[in-house]
Amino acid sequence: MANTLKINKIENFLYGKAPSVVRCGREVEIGAGQVIPEINFTLPMMTIDDKNWCEVIKQYEEIIDGVLKRAVRLEVPQLLVEFETLPEMTNRPQWGLEITRLLADKMDRCYRDYGLKSALRLTINDVREFNRPPLMRSGKYWGNLCGILEGSAEAGADLIAIESTGGKEIGDEALVNCDVGASIFALGVLGARDMEFLWNHITDYCNRTGVVPSGDSACGFANTAMVLAEQNMIPRVFAAIVRVISVPRSLVAIRQGAKGPTKDCAYEGPYLKAIAGVPISMEGKSAACAHLSPVGNVSQAVCDCWSNESTQNIRMLSANAPTVSMEQLAYDCRLMNVAASEGIESIIRLRDWLSESDSPLDPQAYVLKPEIVLEISERIIAQDNPYEQSLEAARSATEVLKRDSREGKVKIKENELKWLDMIEQQLETLPEDEEQLIEQMLQRPEFRGKFLPAEYGI
Amino acid sequence: MADMKDLADAIIKGDMKTAVEVTKKALDEGVEPQKVLNDGLVAGMGVIGKRFKANEVYIPEVLIAARAMKSAMEVLEPKLTEAGVEPVGKALIGTVQGDLHDIGKNLVIMMLKGNGFEVVDAGVDVSPDAFVEKARSSGAKLIGLSALLTTTMPAMEKTIQALRNAGVEAKIMIGGAPITQAYSDKIQADGYAPDAASAVDLAMDLVVA
Repeated sequence: MANTLKINKIENFLYGKAPSVVRCGREVEIGAGQVIPEINFTLPMMTIDDKNWCEVIKQYEEIIDGVLKRAVRLEVPQLLVEFETLPEMTNRPQWGLEITRLLADKMDRCYRDYGLKSALRLTINDVREFNRPPLMRSGKYWGNLCGILEGSAEAGADLIAIESTGGKEIGDEALVNCDVGASIFALGVLGARDMEFLWNHITDYCNRTGVVPSGDSACGFANTAMVLAEQNMIPRVFAAIVRVISVPRSLVAIRQGAKGPTKDCAYEGPYLKAIAGVPISMEGKSAACAHLSPVGNVSQAVCDCWSNESTQNIRMLSANAPTVSMEQLAYDCRLMNVAASEGIESIIRLRDWLSESDSPLDPQAYVLKPEIVLEISERIIAQDNPYEQSLEAARSATEVLKRDSREGKVKIKENELKWLDMIEQQLETLPEDEEQLIEQMLQRPEFRGKFLPAEYGI
Repeated sequence: MADMKDLADAIIKGDMKTAVEVTKKALDEGVEPQKVLNDGLVAGMGVIGKRFKANEVYIPEVLIAARAMKSAMEVLEPKLTEAGVEPVGKALIGTVQGDLHDIGKNLVIMMLKGNGFEVVDAGVDVSPDAFVEKARSSGAKLIGLSALLTTTMPAMEKTIQALRNAGVEAKIMIGGAPITQAYSDKIQADGYAPDAASAVDLAMDLVVA
């Protein structure tokens, strides 16, 4: 990847517009000027088994019928539908593929009957961690994952995504201990190595079939950190720094051929857009149905798709929850697109309102502020490999938060300021060389037996 | 003379070395093991627990304190056993079948250990039968079930039924993002905790009360 940003000027860092446009599905164009709603959903409380399978199918039928009907009624110009498999649906690929087919058929019919332009993103649930320690490159669960991937084009998927979990064996422990070195090891070493292997495999399949390889997400790492911070379990500054550390890992998918839109739950998206020019899907206030966050508006500032993360198919007063989300996303996108139609000044005004309404209030929001994204992205891409980039990501995020809290640009709680100093001290002890860090981590008794080094090419 | 306040302070600060030294000194001076436990270790963890609930400190600080307590306990435990003092309680904690999420479960385990519980980690994706087997072999008085997916919640009910059918008399508490008190009541769990800190209070209520 070239050592220059694809977007290096703040006036070019805009919602709805990405240097690399993705065309997919039924006439959908992502990053070409309009923000597109991306609707996600999941089952209500129920068991997924042979006995209940008809009921599972009925649920997905009800969801997609409700969503498409509302999208047509609200004259949504383009729609992205994400189907994320549940573990049972990856472990029995024919189940996941049956639902993919069902959704694709309904979207086809809606396109024919009502002209609704749409694309279906199939996100494969990564089941490799059913093995503890996980087998990342072989075994039953890897086979299941490959099984659903290999059937996805025929089942009607237009885009493929995954929330891969390589390195999570160390990531959880790193988070609850606020261990920045272990976080960098989990994301920038183990995660990055797994992504290289996994995305090479995914893009190879996509190149053969025409399905678009879209993107990955550090959800299991950085969003876990965000949720823990929201519950006051860990400092918000640490969650903010982990978010930035996750950038080089997610970039690996793009280096291996992923085209975007990046995953909605990858809040690191703005960095990926600035660095690689790919369109991004984001979520924020629209995803409060799935989890709370301090980044409800700023996450929207430079998005290309706008998502609700996920919602259960349960009845609300008005309609079922996925239909409710569909309406909320449609109105959010409508507003952004009307502002965009008035010209670049309106886009920038709305972008800055979205950014300024959150970014001074929380360090996690601050590191998503477009100006800060560009500043830190420059420093990340000056480094050569994912480890060095992750180290630089942590250093620059820490430095920026310290600097700008001193200047009153971002509010950091009194009892969190000491954590910035502690994180800085931890960073000073980390080696510049990846091999040395690996050596250090392999020596740590608490990590022994938690992961298999050979599964990461170590 | 060993001061139990010094021991509590060492736990609060997570000062493992001092915690071990003061514990050894206290025992050498003939202080009752139960007093060392209650007035030193548990008192220190109590302070850190209150600070955590008041959002003054974070989990990493609780864990540092818990590690200091664990080191001191290694010195104290043989003496407690000799004196016939039992741990607060023994708990078996796991994530139910089909569910791989374990950070919530791990936080509960850490918090329980820090509060004097002996804890058996059953792991993730634990079937109802495996829970029954582990409950029997561990003799736990408290069982904690965790689930993060709406589609694995029903496994909680199946697990509770299996435990009850097998005659396991341990108290059962449940938790996880989609879980509610109403669901806990419906599946006849003994209690529900919305987060790791409340899980400790609930565990105390269920086991100690």
